Amino acid sequence: MSGRNLFTRPARLAAIAPYGWMVLFFLVPFGFVLKLSLSQVANAQPPYLPVFDLSAGWRALVAAASVLSLDNFRLLLSDDLYLAAGLRSLTVAATATALLLLLGYPVAYAMSRLPRRFQPLAMMLVIVPFWTSFLIRVYAWINILQHDGLLNQVLLALHVVSAPVVWLSTDTAMYIGMVYSYLPFMILPLYATLSKLDPSLCEAAADLGSSPLQSFWRVTLPLSLPGIGAGALLCFIPLVGEFVIPDLLAGSDAPMIGQTLWLEFFTNRDWPVAAATAVMLLAILLLPLVIYDRFQRRQMVRP
Amino acid sequence: MEAVSDITSQAGTALPLLRIDGVGKRFGGFTAVDGVSLDIRPGEFFALLGPSGCGKTTLLRMLAGFETPDSGRILLNGEDVAGTPPHLRPVNMMFQNYALFPHLSVRDNIAFGLRRAGMRRAEINARVAELVALVRLEGLEKRRPEQLSGGQRQRVALARAVARRPRLLLLDEPLAALDKKLRDSTQRELKALQRTLGLTFIVVTHDQDEAMTLADRIGVMNAGQLVQVATPRQLYETPRSRWVAEFVGDINIIEGRITTREAGRLRLTTGGAGELAATLPPEFGDAAEVCVAVRPEKIRLSLRPPVDDPAGGAINRLEGTVRDVGYLGSASSYTVALDGGASLRVSLANAARLYADAYAVGQRVTAWFSPDDCIVLDR
Ligand SMILES: Nc1ncnc2c1ncn2[C@@H]1O[C@H](COP(=O)(O)OP(=O)(O)OP(=O)(O)O)[C@@H](O)[C@H]1O
Ligand SMILES: [Mg+2]
Repeated sequence: MSGRNLFTRPARLAAIAPYGWMVLFFLVPFGFVLKLSLSQVANAQPPYLPVFDLSAGWRALVAAASVLSLDNFRLLLSDDLYLAAGLRSLTVAATATALLLLLGYPVAYAMSRLPRRFQPLAMMLVIVPFWTSFLIRVYAWINILQHDGLLNQVLLALHVVSAPVVWLSTDTAMYIGMVYSYLPFMILPLYATLSKLDPSLCEAAADLGSSPLQSFWRVTLPLSLPGIGAGALLCFIPLVGEFVIPDLLAGSDAPMIGQTLWLEFFTNRDWPVAAATAVMLLAILLLPLVIYDRFQRRQMVRP
Repeated sequence: MEAVSDITSQAGTALPLLRIDGVGKRFGGFTAVDGVSLDIRPGEFFALLGPSGCGKTTLLRMLAGFETPDSGRILLNGEDVAGTPPHLRPVNMMFQNYALFPHLSVRDNIAFGLRRAGMRRAEINARVAELVALVRLEGLEKRRPEQLSGGQRQRVALARAVARRPRLLLLDEPLAALDKKLRDSTQRELKALQRTLGLTFIVVTHDQDEAMTLADRIGVMNAGQLVQVATPRQLYETPRSRWVAEFVGDINIIEGRITTREAGRLRLTTGGAGELAATLPPEFGDAAEVCVAVRPEKIRLSLRPPVDDPAGGAINRLEGTVRDVGYLGSASSYTVALDGGASLRVSLANAARLYADAYAVGQRVTAWFSPDDCIVLDR
């Protein structure tokens, strides 16, 4: 009781504000999308039915709601196209996240070992690419990877290859683009955890007979797991729904779920199916979040 | 482990287990450790005493291999360890900030070094159980460090450091966070452990009583230098310098100049305490301006001056007035303002329960002490 009274009114407001934000900018739009996913296509404005007409009163609303159906979700589950797209998205995102981790961890580790006064500079260097538009940077990669692009020129000049290699419209190009674009999202949370790591822990491990490799394996790595989790989630989740990078850099034979969604929305003008795809995507992405949350809780209280 | 038998076989020989030879360490322009030389015998319990920032931790870190000395050599069993990385040194350290692994349970923290040594599981379990009992952490084995109190963490760190039974164990303020009772019992157990296993300990401590009770020898450090190495008794009764005398224990310092010097006896005139007689210490130089140091418990008080002792050695008698009385339980401490102007601290044991303080504030008294109880030091 006395604990509650400690919160003055502004403090209580501050505690509620994030929830208000969530309701306004996440739950309400999500409600629209969910309703849309249960509707049917129509050749009119808007391109779906039923439309809730609030002015017609409660009865009309109930009648409209009774027309809603799970047909779109049935279609998604029955058509291989969507399942294949979903599966490909998950594997691509997982592969890209693994690559990001392999590349990001050493960078973050090195950054955290720099003398303190150089660390802000290193952080700036990681963030600097954000000053240019994401789209422009992906186009730059097209430039680099194209037939007579920079990469092929360099490879030819060094006699690594005898003829230009096809990079564009391959998975390799897509992974390059993904790793390049998402690297800061992997490095920053890793750096945040690693720089907080007490160096005397590694000394203690060495003192107790661990070689540097064992110290890393037994102490540094387990203690950086929260950073690994955060970085992986921060990359994996948007990567699953990624549209621009696969669309511009990968081939067109196996689209990712984001591309399918775009296609349904803009080309087929089938908003309800597009909305159903979006809802499915969200449901799939909740899974890693739940796992991460469990893991975090276990880290905090262990009997 | 093997280390134990090795040490016992060496105990007979005079070879030092550890030789620190002119070791120095600078951080930028600041000298943290300045030409320290020291031999540690196998099986010895050595305490390092010194004010904060005098370089104790830095010295230990060089022994453990975390800092490289800028000068000098460190020989372990006669071998220069300069090129040996920390994980290959037969030395363990208990860190001042404990450095417990936050992701491991108490058990796994203690077992960490044993696992790295490739010990068998059953042996590890037995050793851990033994250590947990030793530091009285039964029932807490599954907890993580953040779920422990400061004192409990310290005990985990202690158990982890002794687990491998290293030839040389470095302890940086091992008992600082324990309450007095627990500290006393842990001190006894530490000593017993060191004796039974024949380990060699170097313990850094701020606590002089702790150093006195535990250590075979004490090294006093000041500003990066080792200023005196001696047994606890020598250190207390014959400090080598005024700084050591003032740093170790409580002491009265009276400045004066030597007037006569004959047959092992000095006579001095002092500003605040008149004429004093003191025993000439062996190997005393020919300085005339000196100071006389007397421990408070070596001085006695009485209402009338004592008669001279039969041996004819003149007792120092100083008249004065009691200015302050402090009751400390086992003893009371009196501040006596001498008629000569100096002020003297005197400690008298409270030998019987029903005694009131023998002297009240304002009481005229004679403070007296034997010339043998005077330590004569350069100023
Ligand atoms: N890495 C470092 N860089 C610069 N100065 C340092 C470094 N480590 C220690 N020092 C300095 O060296 C001196 C000795 O430090 P040290 O930690 O050895 O003291 P200490 O005797 O253990 O003190 P305490 O009793 O407070 O633990 C201190 O003045 C400290 O500021
Ligand atoms: Mg220290």
